[in-house]
Amino acid sequence: MNAAGFPILSLVTFLPLAGALIILTVRGEEEVVARNARWTALWTSLITFALSLVLWVRFDSGSADFQFVEQASWLPEFGVGYHMGVDGISVLFVLLSTLLTPLCILASWESVQSRVREYMVAFLVLESMMIGMFCALDFVLFYIFFEAVLIPMFLIIGVWGGARRVYAAFKFFLYTLAGSVLMLLAILAVWYQAGTTDIPTLMETVFSPRMQFWLFLAFFASFAVKVPMWPVHTWLPDAHVEAPTAGSVILAGVLLKMGAYGFLRFSLPLLPQASADFAPFIFALSVIAVIYTSLVALAQEDMKKLIAYSSVAHMGIVTLGIFTFTAQGLSGALFTMLSHGVVSGALFLCVGVLYDRVHSREIARYGGVAKIMPAYALVFMLFTMASVALPGLAGFPGELLVIVGAFKVSPWVALGACMGMILGAAYALYLYRRVAFGKITRDDLRTLLDLSPREYAVFAPLILLTLWMGVYPSSFLNFFEASVTALVTRHEAALGAARLAGM
Amino acid sequence: MNWTLALPEIVLGVSGLLILAGGVIPKKDTFFPVSMAVIGALVLTAALVLGQGEGTAFMGQYVSDGFSRFAKVLILLGAALALVLALDFNTKAGLDRFEYAVLMLFAAQGMLVMVSANDLMSLYIGLELLSLSLYVIAAFDRDNPRSAEAGLKYFVLGALASGLLLYGSSLVYGFAGTTNFDRLADALSSGQVGMGLIIGLVFVLAGLCFKISAVPFHMWTPDVYEGAPTPVTAFFATAPKIAAIALLMRVLAGPFGDLSAQWQQVIWFAAAGSMLLGAFAALTQKNIKRLMAYSSIGHVGYALMGLAVATDGGFRGVLVYMAIYLVMNLGTFAVLVAMRRNGKSLEQVDDLAGLGRTDPQMALWMAIFMFSMAGVPPMAGFFGKLYVFLAAVQEGFWVLALIGVFTSVVGSYYYLRIIKVMYFDAAAEPMDPRPAGVTVVMAGTGLLTLLFFLFPAPIIAAAQAAIAALAG
Repeated sequence: MNAAGFPILSLVTFLPLAGALIILTVRGEEEVVARNARWTALWTSLITFALSLVLWVRFDSGSADFQFVEQASWLPEFGVGYHMGVDGISVLFVLLSTLLTPLCILASWESVQSRVREYMVAFLVLESMMIGMFCALDFVLFYIFFEAVLIPMFLIIGVWGGARRVYAAFKFFLYTLAGSVLMLLAILAVWYQAGTTDIPTLMETVFSPRMQFWLFLAFFASFAVKVPMWPVHTWLPDAHVEAPTAGSVILAGVLLKMGAYGFLRFSLPLLPQASADFAPFIFALSVIAVIYTSLVALAQEDMKKLIAYSSVAHMGIVTLGIFTFTAQGLSGALFTMLSHGVVSGALFLCVGVLYDRVHSREIARYGGVAKIMPAYALVFMLFTMASVALPGLAGFPGELLVIVGAFKVSPWVALGACMGMILGAAYALYLYRRVAFGKITRDDLRTLLDLSPREYAVFAPLILLTLWMGVYPSSFLNFFEASVTALVTRHEAALGAARLAGM
Repeated sequence: MNWTLALPEIVLGVSGLLILAGGVIPKKDTFFPVSMAVIGALVLTAALVLGQGEGTAFMGQYVSDGFSRFAKVLILLGAALALVLALDFNTKAGLDRFEYAVLMLFAAQGMLVMVSANDLMSLYIGLELLSLSLYVIAAFDRDNPRSAEAGLKYFVLGALASGLLLYGSSLVYGFAGTTNFDRLADALSSGQVGMGLIIGLVFVLAGLCFKISAVPFHMWTPDVYEGAPTPVTAFFATAPKIAAIALLMRVLAGPFGDLSAQWQQVIWFAAAGSMLLGAFAALTQKNIKRLMAYSSIGHVGYALMGLAVATDGGFRGVLVYMAIYLVMNLGTFAVLVAMRRNGKSLEQVDDLAGLGRTDPQMALWMAIFMFSMAGVPPMAGFFGKLYVFLAAVQEGFWVLALIGVFTSVVGSYYYLRIIKVMYFDAAAEPMDPRPAGVTVVMAGTGLLTLLFFLFPAPIIAAAQAAIAALAG
């Protein structure tokens, strides 16, 4: 039995679905339905978050094993089972998902007025699928959650999105699906080779170098789109710009992490040799992503698009860190993923605050906001600085560790990552200057109200986390230290074994 | 002579004759009571099928085994539900003549004989009984030129296909000296296989590929699906497909099992062609029935992929795929049958605009069916594809598997387009209220499609048992 004494992962995963079912049964006037849907969704997600805190408390960070494991027979004759569990790599992402969902629901409290019931159902289903994906310890189960995420996200972008929502929703769905079906074939090949899809068992399986090569490419097709890596990142700016604020938050906060998580969970442990062989290729793509998308971000006129491109750049740093195969690089990548989840989510919320008031995301539309909304300007500045990786804030430890890890591999790669930090400072500060400072050129801005209590409630936990992660990163690094060490050790052992076999 | 083995067919046939007599005698309209009687007969037959023994009868012409039982239950289910969909529609469209239900019954009878055929003769008899019934109900809306055209087109092309099949059978008989499947299997496993026999096999395959509308024998499908009344299309797209695929499996795995090297190439081509055509041709369709025609061609392609692999795993994949296909297609057609505004039946994709607002329940079910057809987990359609792809990958059919995943991405575009129309577009006028029967079919198949992942094991096990009978 697991440390919690009850099947906590299944409960956390499927509780949101139960909430969604309850919302579906609500009948009555549209007004009443909307109110009930909002409150039910909020409470469901809050209870889910509270439950998931058990993971935080009970997780044994000294162990690299899977914890809170649950197993049930599902398709025994195929070697496919219902297997859930978390290790240091995944546990914090479960918490990130459960934390961001109630904030998203709160953030959409007033901005979403049409089809509130469906909106809340979509978010709860989305939460359920995201959590399930991070908990799944069976490859087929993982794939099901991984793909099922597309359904609610497609609807969220398509129904509640902006002007070009249909285009963005289709692009998002088809890009991701095209990558994923290749991964499906790879999963089937693995399944056939190993006779099981149980991830802990698969980690012990050794695949031939030739097979690793093809499997890596197939996994890469799926995860690279999801990360997204240059040059398959083009769906992201579209999806971000068109999605409603909360959709962008989840997209940036959690969905982008799925690709990098896939690399960590599958590519590295299952295909050590191919990962090592492909590392230079990934470095090249990552460095291009970091520099190119940062430059593109500098030229953006739309706030959301700018932050979207900055996400691609940050994720470039993450993939770079992962493929250094060093403890620092991997820890840094994981930490950057978490901090980016919090910070970019918060930045999208900041944009949402302005958008709710002015209904424009155009940077030139603003100016001098700091004079009218001082509290908002302070919050926005905090997250901008965190995004720039100012020491003492959430962005810094992760990027520093990645650069240290990259330096061990090659100073040039480290230089590429550093360029990203410099350019990142440029576009983020440029954005902030144009929005917050300067003369107030438009009169309608003078009447804007500062943050409402509800918005304070949304930002407060994120501010707290940003400071906490920056000032005392150890409380997070502790979680994945053991798992990362085990991953690095196993990777080196596998490479060593392959080298011996080669001789 | 063990004729009681065929009790389900006999009961169904006799009840068909009785119902026919009962429908003729009263002067007034008997569509509804006759339909109810037919549904009752179909359900009764299904119950009998479940208890059917195993063995051969009628001097080896007829076989009953786990495989035939699996297919028969699906066929009877499909036929009964398709008739439920017709009840209200036919009354509103002025097609409420009792012959409709009786023809469905005889079509079902033909299909049962098909899947139990153990001889090229009984195969042909079953197939023709089905085809003749289908020709008539395709043209059932006889005052409508489109329906009449559909019936005629289907008849002309179907007769050609029957001719091909017969010609192939005669070649097989000429070169192997028998039409019985068991003796054919013996003859083909021992001796040399001549060119004539292979040509005969190809002709038989061509005739059967016509019935499942696999490329390159698919041309009739879009026109017939579009022209026939919607409940007829619902029937065409479901039960007869199962029967024909099952028949194809029995013929290829049984008597021609040893010639798999020859027919695998044919099926490979048909599978690849069907998947590609189904995906690309549907992209621009505006009429939803026509779209579903191309979609069904694509789905047959996926099923054929499992057949092309020619292993137990592949055959099992086909059966699971077809079972899931039946359920989600019935559900989709339940939605199409319910598309009606101001008393007029609708057929355009754009007519669904804003259904998510005007009829959230129906839109939800339709969305589930569309995601399922696109193969997005956790819907049932994903699992159907999963088993077929698994078999293909195991046997190293990489090209076919790649074509399969590629076309499923292309195909997902047009399924998503329907969801887009329902949820993203501005709402049109609300549709007319749905009849209860249609709602029940929709909700029932919708729940099965959505919740398949909870109970895959029994269905897989049933398919496995069916395959064991086929191979043994």
